[in-house]
Amino acid sequence: MSDTTTAGYLDMELLRFTTAGSVDDGKSTLIGRLLYDSKAIFQDQLEAVEKASKRIGGEGEVNLALLTDGLRSEREQGITIDVAYRYFATPKRKFIIADTPGHIQYTRNMVTGASTANLAIILVDARHGLVEQTSRHSFIASLLGIKHVVYCINKMDLVDYSQERYEEIKSDIEDFASKLEINDIRYIPISALFGDNVVDRSKKMDWYEGATLLYTLETVHIGSDENLVDGRFPVQTVIRPQTTEFHDYRGYAGRVAGGVLKKGDEVTVLPSGFTSKIAKIDSYDGEIQEAFPPMSCTVILEDDIDVSRGDMIVRTNNQPDDTQDHELMVCWMSKRPIQLNGKYAVKHTSRDARCIVKEIRYKVDINNLHKLEDDKTINMNDIARIKIRTTVPLFTDRYQRNRNTGSLIIIDEATNETVGAGMIL
Amino acid sequence: MKYNLTHLKELESEAIYVIREVVAQFENPALLFSGGKDSILCYHLAKKAFHPGKIPFPLVHVDTGHNFPETIQFRDQLVEKDGVELIVGSVQQSIDEGKAIEETGFNASRNGLQTVTLLETIESNKFDACMGGARRDEEKARAKERFFSHRDEFGQWDPKNQRPELWNIFNGMKHMGENFRVFPISNWTEMDVWQYILAENIELPSIYFSHERDVFMRDGVIYADGEYMNKRPEEKVEKRVVRFRTIGDMSCTGAVESPADNLEKIIEEVAATRTTERGTRADDKRSEAAMEDRKKQGYF
Ligand SMILES: Nc1nc2c(ncn2[C@@H]2O[C@H](COP(=O)(O)OP(=O)(O)O)[C@@H](O)[C@H]2O)c(=O)[nH]1
Repeated sequence: MSDTTTAGYLDMELLRFTTAGSVDDGKSTLIGRLLYDSKAIFQDQLEAVEKASKRIGGEGEVNLALLTDGLRSEREQGITIDVAYRYFATPKRKFIIADTPGHIQYTRNMVTGASTANLAIILVDARHGLVEQTSRHSFIASLLGIKHVVYCINKMDLVDYSQERYEEIKSDIEDFASKLEINDIRYIPISALFGDNVVDRSKKMDWYEGATLLYTLETVHIGSDENLVDGRFPVQTVIRPQTTEFHDYRGYAGRVAGGVLKKGDEVTVLPSGFTSKIAKIDSYDGEIQEAFPPMSCTVILEDDIDVSRGDMIVRTNNQPDDTQDHELMVCWMSKRPIQLNGKYAVKHTSRDARCIVKEIRYKVDINNLHKLEDDKTINMNDIARIKIRTTVPLFTDRYQRNRNTGSLIIIDEATNETVGAGMIL
Repeated sequence: MKYNLTHLKELESEAIYVIREVVAQFENPALLFSGGKDSILCYHLAKKAFHPGKIPFPLVHVDTGHNFPETIQFRDQLVEKDGVELIVGSVQQSIDEGKAIEETGFNASRNGLQTVTLLETIESNKFDACMGGARRDEEKARAKERFFSHRDEFGQWDPKNQRPELWNIFNGMKHMGENFRVFPISNWTEMDVWQYILAENIELPSIYFSHERDVFMRDGVIYADGEYMNKRPEEKVEKRVVRFRTIGDMSCTGAVESPADNLEKIIEEVAATRTTERGTRADDKRSEAAMEDRKKQGYF
């Protein structure tokens, strides 16, 4: 909020992050603290919270946690039950927080919040150290391909700001995290309640030489989080103005899902396999020289070939897998367990299909990453490795290589509910 | 070359992607157009999404009959200039037909009645998706709203039964009679909207900018005087230099005293103010959970 110069504002990057922790680890307090200290809270919201703090019977002080508390039924039950999105900005970056609760349906919610995040903050209570939930949250962050994880060791005030305690917890997490696929891991000792190392450096922890949480959020390098190697352009819709001025205009509208696309690139259209060259990349603001993710644009090809929604334009010399059989990790999100041989609808990029669940390989015990080969009942919040076959081919990359072309959702055809989040292996 | 979008470009790209998904996934979509800056922004983004083609859906305005005249004038000019289709749902007509009951008393407002007219307009035009300019930063109840928000056959929103939204894959599948509200600018903040309007040079109704106007005070809120406003005897009309931060029904939209007569000054003001824009709307003050209640009935 503090930078009003338009030039500065137009130059900011966006960082999406998610927060995870067990109940009472201090997640709401931490988010409240970030919003409060970065002045993203408005006076009238603060007043409403002060009023609510009194009504619910909090102590005299403003309860920062109430700032991030959501819908009424939840307020009445004193819990948060879904993913909520919050916004704040500093002169360096704009932030979107996907705030997910740490208890019931935690897996489903955290998976949802993590699916769009560049970074995850995982809270650990300094008194309890590494607990089962910490392992779960770390595993989910890794599974969802989050590139940066920050462990905040919270409530340092309750352990006398002890360096020894911090090092002990850090080393426990390091042992565990070495089994995961996360490249960038950081640790910060904080007190969300008193603000130590959140926005301002702690005066009580001189021994900590690393960055504060906010500084970390402002500076972590996210420029290479997207796949810039494999040219992928799923077609959302076809633009044909059919006016006299644009009589022969035929543009393929979509959002770049991978790689860098340029005029003159040799491309193949899937599923037809026809090849052509990019004649122009168009937009309302004029021609685009290089299109990269997550840019929305319109691709025009040199040849008049039949292309429609659900097709994918790819670089001819670098093509995705083109297959009906898929191995995936799935997070199940429905009260009805996954049905072996059951039929579901599938959405992958702009492509629709139906699928049949061919095999349930194993369930993952997300507390210790053990494979449970004998337990094949996949319930809500379970994570499993499965095999599906789709009615039409999908054009996929491995999820860990490209989130856009490696992800799909599974839909119950009777209720139309989204019941599964799939990550292609 | 750095292959990295600025945050406004990323938000623009996301909104265009969402609008294109709506056109691809639904048969009969519409854009709810109030004449306020957020719906004007959505309209601008829709033009970008289908350029050089025309936007393939109509604008829908729910007319309370108590509009600022400047808003209606702006709307009509825009429709004429760009040649887009406009559908107007009239709250007055809903009242005349006995489908909605006019509130009485000094704080009477037609804001609540918009719900009835909106749902009727959706039904009679068989819209299966209505895009709107709501943002998640506006209000606590909206922080959990999805991009694609499912409504049952009664147009109701069930906060306990919303589909999880993963990655950028939107599930618009539905049964007969159900429909969706879609919010392409969910992730924009008030500041983002103003900065983008400035950067893109988007035209807005004049009442956003500071001007002299006949106003009166009620419960600490400045209201514009107009033929529909019921004033108490002690409420005296006076001239003040004001502007409006949101544009809704005249009966429930408060003004702020401000000298900001251009976008740069408005941005400075937004950066300095400590009041959310909804804070000047009387309808939210009715109860802390007001938005949530109305949403359950189908408002937005
Ligand atoms: N002493 C201390 N208490 C904290 C700290 N952070 C949070 N708390 C307290 O821990 C309790 C749970 O915090 P809350 O933010 O609601 O946890 P959540 O369930 O993770 O959202 C509250 O009473 C907070 O005041 C901290 O750094 N130090």
